[in-house]
Amino acid sequence: MIGRVAFLLALVVLAGSANAENPAEHPADCRTAEVQPERNFALPQTARAIKAKKLNVMVVGAGSSLLPGPNGNKSAYPARLQEALQAKLTGVEVKVGTNVTARRSAAEMVKAMVPELAINKPALVIWQTGTVDAMQGIEPDQFSQALDKGIHVARSAGADVVFINPQYSPRTESMIALGTYAENMRWVAMQQEVPLFDRFSIMKVWADLGTFDLNSATKKLDMAERVHDCIGRLLADLVIESAKSSAPPAGAGR
Amino acid sequence: MIAPIPTERDLRLDLFRGIALWLIFLDHIPSNAVSWITIRNYGFSDATEIFVFISGYTAAFVYGRAMLSNGFIVATARVLKRTWQIYVAHVFLFAIYLAEISYVSQSFDNPLYSEEMGVLDFIKNPDVTIMQALLLKFKPVNMDVLPLYIVLLFWFSPILWLLLRAPSLALIASAGLYAMAWMFEWNIPAYPQGTWAFNPFAWQMLFVFGAWCALGGAKRLGHWITSSVVIGLAILYLLFAFAIAMTWYLPWLGPYVPKVIGEAIYPIDKTNLDVLRILHFLSLAVITVWLVPRDWPLLRSRLCWPAITCGQHSLEIFCLGVFLSFAGHFVFTEVSNRVLTHVMVSAAGIAIMVGAAALISWYRRVERQGPGPRPPTTKTGYAGGSA
Repeated sequence: MIGRVAFLLALVVLAGSANAENPAEHPADCRTAEVQPERNFALPQTARAIKAKKLNVMVVGAGSSLLPGPNGNKSAYPARLQEALQAKLTGVEVKVGTNVTARRSAAEMVKAMVPELAINKPALVIWQTGTVDAMQGIEPDQFSQALDKGIHVARSAGADVVFINPQYSPRTESMIALGTYAENMRWVAMQQEVPLFDRFSIMKVWADLGTFDLNSATKKLDMAERVHDCIGRLLADLVIESAKSSAPPAGAGR
Repeated sequence: MIAPIPTERDLRLDLFRGIALWLIFLDHIPSNAVSWITIRNYGFSDATEIFVFISGYTAAFVYGRAMLSNGFIVATARVLKRTWQIYVAHVFLFAIYLAEISYVSQSFDNPLYSEEMGVLDFIKNPDVTIMQALLLKFKPVNMDVLPLYIVLLFWFSPILWLLLRAPSLALIASAGLYAMAWMFEWNIPAYPQGTWAFNPFAWQMLFVFGAWCALGGAKRLGHWITSSVVIGLAILYLLFAFAIAMTWYLPWLGPYVPKVIGEAIYPIDKTNLDVLRILHFLSLAVITVWLVPRDWPLLRSRLCWPAITCGQHSLEIFCLGVFLSFAGHFVFTEVSNRVLTHVMVSAAGIAIMVGAAALISWYRRVERQGPGPRPPTTKTGYAGGSA
């Protein structure tokens, strides 16, 4: 009996250390080959910062960039992103700062962005938005204008922009009409040549494949933490891929 | 000069309205795998256009006759009675929605979704929200079509009056209002903020156009819409819309869309009934009229009966469809979210809609016959139905 427990423990420890050895590798469950970015737009400032061995990133977001609890800051995706970027960019000093407050619309975030950009001078702004605008039923046109303005503000401060679209949330799907907002976001991203991290589709694939049970009524944090961990890693992939791609952007599609 | 109104109901309207009701039901279940078959995935317009156009057509058909035979006041009273019925139906659906929301807010508290759960906060202030819902300013997701219908029908009798006397003038006025709504960004405010998801100032045009067609406009257009040039153009436009729609689902096609075209067509505005959507609907209508003649034998066959029955009781079946889409989503989240479940829930929903419509038809027939044996006052069968 004791032998069996010890054996199991050993297995667990082994599995754990195997994971710890390859922190940059995705655990199998994060993989989402089904979701390919439509277009890789270049991130010139980010590429320059990586070359200069000092990458300063700022995550601007609302409630879905946060996790509650005492470890919330450490397990939410911005911190996971910092870790993943650091692991992949050896020799580069990576810093991911956040300007995150729940229930902010895109327009409110643009206002918050201005002083933040002046102080921190990031090379890359990762902008998570859309959900709150959809919940508040903000005029879709105004939402698009706020996105345009935010991109302009960030770019004039010398930063690239990456968008993160809303989460896939099966329980509230019939209550929050994300459609128009997600489409407008995709359209602005395409026009302004901003890479879009398609969080919605990725999470939908996870739900469909059973990777995560996003319907679960649990109050526990473990699933939420693993989701954020995956988001942080995939986001790091997107940032590094886009920074690498120096191809000049061609004509726009959708 | 007052145009004569055809006396026999065009079964094609019932057929396509019934189909539109099914499509609206399928589209309203979020992430429903079966909604891949609905037309919104293959072009610019969707079932809403069909529903609004046919509703305008049948409203003119039913109340136009009433206005000619019983006068303006009586017809107005009947229109307003119908408006009231739709309003009551909307409030009933809102009550069901409240029940669903309350359940979710009590049972679901996943920390991953603390932001999204904020959408349920409105039940903490029922005093404001319920009042705003009764004023049609607070409209939950997927409950925008009935308020649009309520507003359109509420103002319908003066429009009908004009349509009966000067149809072209009424149509021009309607198009003018549409253009003004675009120019001056007119819309009705919503609660807590924003505006109506279906702008009545824009969508009225399709409703009035439907009414205009019912009052002889279709006949006037007859030669025109059956000409090979128009049919050819309609086919070309549908193919173009189809090609664009494919780039939404197959992103690798995106780069083939020339930048000029992309900038010209996007964003395609559903709130204000984008011209691209109207053209898409009109193209579909032209092709449909061409393929399905009025005396198409299949219209009286068993194959078309389920959709026709649903189309003849559109208000009841529409409301049932909204309720069933809530229920369907509930099954997806609580029971199973597999594709097989999606197919079964979709099929069961449509079967329930057909069953309910058949029941209503049967009950109307029984009611008409009244107590004791008496010859029916109206033609039985397909002639029934409501606006």
